[in-house]
Amino acid sequence: MHGSPPNYLTARTTIRSWLFSTDHKRIALLYFASITFFFLIGGLAAVLIRLELVTPAADLVLPDTYNRLFTMHGVIMVWFFLVPSIPTTLGNFVLPLMLAARDLAFPRLNLASWYFYIAGGALTVLALLLGGVDTGWTFYEPYASAFSNGYVTLAVLGIFLSGFSSILTGLNFIVTTHKLRAPGMTWYRLPLFVWSLYSTSVILVLATPVLAMTLLMLVAERVLGIGIFDPALGGDPLLWQHMFWFYSHPAVYIMVLPAIGIVSELVPAFARKQIFGYKFVAWASVAIAAIGFLVWGHHMFVAGQSLYASLVFSFLSYLVAVPSAIKVFNWVATLHKGWIRFDAPMLYAFGFIGLFTIGGLTGLFLAALAIDVHVTDTYFVVAHFHYIMVGGSVSAFFGGLHYWWPKITGRLYPEGWARAAAILMFFGFNLTFFPQFVLGWLGMPRRYDAYPPEFQIWHVLSSAGASTLAVAYAMPLFYFFWSLVWGARAPANPWGATGLEWLTGSPPPARNFERTPIVVRGPYDYVEGQPRPQAENV
Amino acid sequence: MSEASPAFQYATLSQQREAATLGMWAFLATEVLFFGALIAAYSAYRTAWPAEIAAAARHTRVALGAINTAVLLTSSAFMATAVAAEEADRRRPLVLCLLATAVLGLSFIGIKGYEYWLEYREGLVPALNFDFGRYGGIGELFFLFYFFATGLHAVHLTIGIVMVLVLAARIGAGRPPRPPVLRMVGLYWHFVDIVWIFLFPLIYLPGRTG
Repeated sequence: MHGSPPNYLTARTTIRSWLFSTDHKRIALLYFASITFFFLIGGLAAVLIRLELVTPAADLVLPDTYNRLFTMHGVIMVWFFLVPSIPTTLGNFVLPLMLAARDLAFPRLNLASWYFYIAGGALTVLALLLGGVDTGWTFYEPYASAFSNGYVTLAVLGIFLSGFSSILTGLNFIVTTHKLRAPGMTWYRLPLFVWSLYSTSVILVLATPVLAMTLLMLVAERVLGIGIFDPALGGDPLLWQHMFWFYSHPAVYIMVLPAIGIVSELVPAFARKQIFGYKFVAWASVAIAAIGFLVWGHHMFVAGQSLYASLVFSFLSYLVAVPSAIKVFNWVATLHKGWIRFDAPMLYAFGFIGLFTIGGLTGLFLAALAIDVHVTDTYFVVAHFHYIMVGGSVSAFFGGLHYWWPKITGRLYPEGWARAAAILMFFGFNLTFFPQFVLGWLGMPRRYDAYPPEFQIWHVLSSAGASTLAVAYAMPLFYFFWSLVWGARAPANPWGATGLEWLTGSPPPARNFERTPIVVRGPYDYVEGQPRPQAENV
Repeated sequence: MSEASPAFQYATLSQQREAATLGMWAFLATEVLFFGALIAAYSAYRTAWPAEIAAAARHTRVALGAINTAVLLTSSAFMATAVAAEEADRRRPLVLCLLATAVLGLSFIGIKGYEYWLEYREGLVPALNFDFGRYGGIGELFFLFYFFATGLHAVHLTIGIVMVLVLAARIGAGRPPRPPVLRMVGLYWHFVDIVWIFLFPLIYLPGRTG
């Protein structure tokens, strides 16, 4: 810092300059601190759940408390960690840099989105502090409106408010990608992370308002006592499930598409090789986003939905596997004959590819009408979506965080510790969730605090894995903070990567680039493992 | 202000204008899905209980609804004329068109409020004053959707009226906003109009024929 020109971190240092900053890089860090807080709360609930399940009897917490714990875990992790995680932190930070824009298209809207997120989070945390919600994160009707004695309305309004954050972020990303690309940055020269963020943003803009309206109807029913979804009052509980999953299934792709984008950055950067089938990987993101809107009915195979509807939903769900598999095959093909480096981000990417594949393949089990009847609402489902959301999205989030950490902070993290954490996370994750596939297949239903003794061995294994996972998640917290003070200073391009974000300083100056780069080639140009950056005039 | 340079993140003013316009379209896409969800839920019940919904819908005041449709369509015509007046750089007609737009918007709210009052007196307001003996459970559901949809529409319209009045005041005072702003407010106004074009037949017309 001595003598070096000011960067976005050192330009101004007051608290006010952070809380009212419209700089996308600072807002990314505001979001980063907030989602870390929510990750810890959601994680704490998971710890208590796993502790309760070590013994077959319900002996640690009251059954009602247990219901509130898994609801809190789901609500916090889905809406206040996973949905915003990658887009609002890494996406916010990196998207304008990748386009060589000076900021997002609407910087003040970006700041407003953070305040919506904080306001929504505050309401939801308040609901939890007052006594919590016992409905499960899905708020199934008519339980949520007619019977639940928890603070449903407050929690739901919190989620409603956080939706504005999603919508404004998506809108900002869409306009930025269309209108603020550097000269020469054509659509087919965009990094694949941008394609995936764009696809995610379309879902954010089109699906979130449906959830907003659905939640408003739930509040209306609960407060006014009128039967929109409650059959005793003339409503239809299936309509709730249709409308809830119309958002919540695409929300899975909100969580995993950005992760897919990160892995598409990591694989060519650490294989030091052009991505295999760029256009297929790019359009696969769009295809996943589009088809993802048409598969929500696979959550309702046993709910009394028409069999013909189920057949169509089953077929369309299989269809999502095609673009997903295209991605996996193209990543693997990129590795072929690459100059592979096994740095920590790449270890996370490898972990992602394996876990995402298992999560995706078990998703096909669940898309099959007959098998789904057997495993609906069992631990098989729990394991499946944790493989996608935790094994997939969280692994990629950590991979991206390590990859861009030198750019964000200007410091290098300790590589040895980071590799150890990545490997520990992979084993801890599998130990936690693979036994849950077995449990589900044997018939253990989800959301129960007590179970027959013959399931205990699998639950103990899972809880042991969860402890391992907790250690693996805590490690980066320590060595990242350590690196802020004692880490070596990062060069502009520590990985020898090709994207525009590596052409500016680490950390970047407040306006991102001293002069606007002219883009001359695609994003992953390597000759014999040597990078050729996207622009040369910087 | 009108000759100012673009905000720092844009290279040119035209780039900034295009971005603002695209942002408004993306926002309207969100709004379409927001109202769309409500209309979809309503349509599901209308299909499930056609006779009950039609019986309840006959208690809406179709004449007032039709007058309001005309009022709102006329306001949109004035809004479109205002955008044309801005392009032609004619300040006086521009301000007058904006004022006419706002007055018609306010008239819509007034007529709607009168309707609400009549409905309250008749015992058609769920949760507050609802006469179950005459209208039943599905009737209550219909009127919940009625108040939900028209209420949300009125909130949107009120926001639009405030924006139009602020624009009229600024232009009248010789401090016109940067170019895409009027066009963006216009887009929003037409969107609120179109929502009503869908709500009117869905709410007022079931059960009116045969």
